[in-house]
Amino acid sequence: MNFIMPHLPVLQVAIPLIAAPICVLFTFGGHRKLAWLFTLAVSWMCFLIAGALLSRVLLDTDISYAIGNWPPPFGIEYRVDPINAFVLLIISGISAIALPFARLSVEKEIETDRHILFYTSYLLCLTGLLGVTITGDAFNIFVFLEISSLSTYVLIATGVRQDRRALTAAYNYLILGTIGATFFVIGIGLLYMVTGTLNIADLAERLQPLSDNRVVHAGFAFIVIGMGLKLALFPMHVWLPNAYTYAPSLVTVFLAATSTKVSVYVLLRFLFTVFGPSYGFVNLTFEFVLLPLAIVAMFAGSITAIFQTNAKRLFAYSSVAQLGYMMLGVALSNIPGLMATILHIFNHALMKGALFMALGCVMYRLGTISLGSMKGLGRSMPWTMAALILGGLSLIGVPGTVGFISKWHLILGTLEAGFWPIAILIVASSLLAVIYIWKIVEVAYLEKEINQEKTLKEAPISMLAPLWVLVILNFYFGIDADLTTWVARNVAETFLGGGS
Amino acid sequence: MVDALISHYNYWLIIILMMLGLYVVVSRGNLVKKIVGLNIFQTSVFLLYISLGKVSGGTAPILTGKPEAFSNPLPHVLILTAIVVGIATTALGLALVVRIRESYGTIEEDDILISERSQDASDINGSSA
Repeated sequence: MNFIMPHLPVLQVAIPLIAAPICVLFTFGGHRKLAWLFTLAVSWMCFLIAGALLSRVLLDTDISYAIGNWPPPFGIEYRVDPINAFVLLIISGISAIALPFARLSVEKEIETDRHILFYTSYLLCLTGLLGVTITGDAFNIFVFLEISSLSTYVLIATGVRQDRRALTAAYNYLILGTIGATFFVIGIGLLYMVTGTLNIADLAERLQPLSDNRVVHAGFAFIVIGMGLKLALFPMHVWLPNAYTYAPSLVTVFLAATSTKVSVYVLLRFLFTVFGPSYGFVNLTFEFVLLPLAIVAMFAGSITAIFQTNAKRLFAYSSVAQLGYMMLGVALSNIPGLMATILHIFNHALMKGALFMALGCVMYRLGTISLGSMKGLGRSMPWTMAALILGGLSLIGVPGTVGFISKWHLILGTLEAGFWPIAILIVASSLLAVIYIWKIVEVAYLEKEINQEKTLKEAPISMLAPLWVLVILNFYFGIDADLTTWVARNVAETFLGGGS
Repeated sequence: MVDALISHYNYWLIIILMMLGLYVVVSRGNLVKKIVGLNIFQTSVFLLYISLGKVSGGTAPILTGKPEAFSNPLPHVLILTAIVVGIATTALGLALVVRIRESYGTIEEDDILISERSQDASDINGSSA
């Protein structure tokens, strides 16, 4: 084991990357089940590696891994510190929990001859997301970002069997995603122009004396807008609702829980590690760009969600609102605010994972997820609907759930920054969440059941088990938040301490 | 002022190309033309990287023993990766356009929107019935 341990950072990315082309080989003979088992095994392996990395980083020191033994800043460096080890654990953890759920869901929703290629794209998407998170090289972020995005477009388009709108959703995401990534790479280019380096730690050091440089300002703007597009920051969120709605259930679970979070992480990395809040223009961005947009997102997302008739689209708009909370925490840029953002990256992955997985169960049995067809579903699918409601409670932020933990820190953050009216706005937008969750309760439990013949059965156990694991985690980390808050505080202090 | 314009003519051309590409993406309703616009936009970024690696009077970075000025090869190598990404994006985008054409019978955004709206409306009616 000893000779593997130092290479864990690169194995984290290399294992799924090499697994993807191997997975294609299952096409010969059409071993669909083997392809799924293989993907499952790879996911769990990634999860174990991420766990090992996080425990090493938290108990010991940060890890710096030089790819090909080229010393940084000349070679590509993989750098693991508490924040990205935490994000790695979220990505691989969600993947490990979602894959047992995947088999039946994929069987139902995707054409049979596409399954193996679907799992291949899934592995590539996993590679990309893990790579973006672990790398310490700015251009490498772009490369992995595009690996994950390109495979995401493919994954979304596989929803075409359910609804042809999956194609246009994937196309629109492709256009906007590429513009976002290209903006990001322009930003990196401008920073490279001034500093001559691509290594993030080196970049941070060399940018210190350049805070008045126009090129640096332009690069900063390009990076923030590019990442804003990728993470669906409010006016740039138009790709998100359709992409989430028409993608296959598994893809929605995985994307909603991980992909926007990774973009939030990259933005955090640039705002705090590379530039740092001591720069005047970074602070101006917090106050005049991120703060208002975050607040508008909280309300626009929630209000639009209330009027949706498709349950998946409803939660997609609620994701826009939730990303608003994350950005609000960033904009406050004090310890509790930043903690709220980091906690919410984790907590939102748990709640949206559970919610979209529950909708995946509904999709499996009903073949549709429009609210109208879910009438009285609480009686025929009690476990699924109970999970959906519990996930919804977490989304609202009821005490005892993870949603409460992140909102609590967010409110502490606003009070510390002296913005008490914003604290009221947070509570008000949470009340909007009550309305749309109540809509589901009303449909599922208070309306008359559509299928009177009792033909509809509860979802199979292999789908319910991962769903309930996520629901229980929602409550576990809502009651015992020591571990998550400890990590979040640790990270927030590094970010804010490093900048000054 | 004029000097600044002329000595940085490459950047001005790149900015013009960039804006042209972005404008085509936003303004055209034809899905293929949008991808063409996206390509122009990406190409301008390739040019940005390539031109910033150029050192005036520099040669190719080959060790000859003589102390020569040479251009920075790193941005050029980076852009090779970005070109590959651009090709993959174009290929995938065009593949999607083919599939869209098969199921909608058109590649004009307006027509697609019209048929999607009617599909949305039938979703809502179907669910309330």
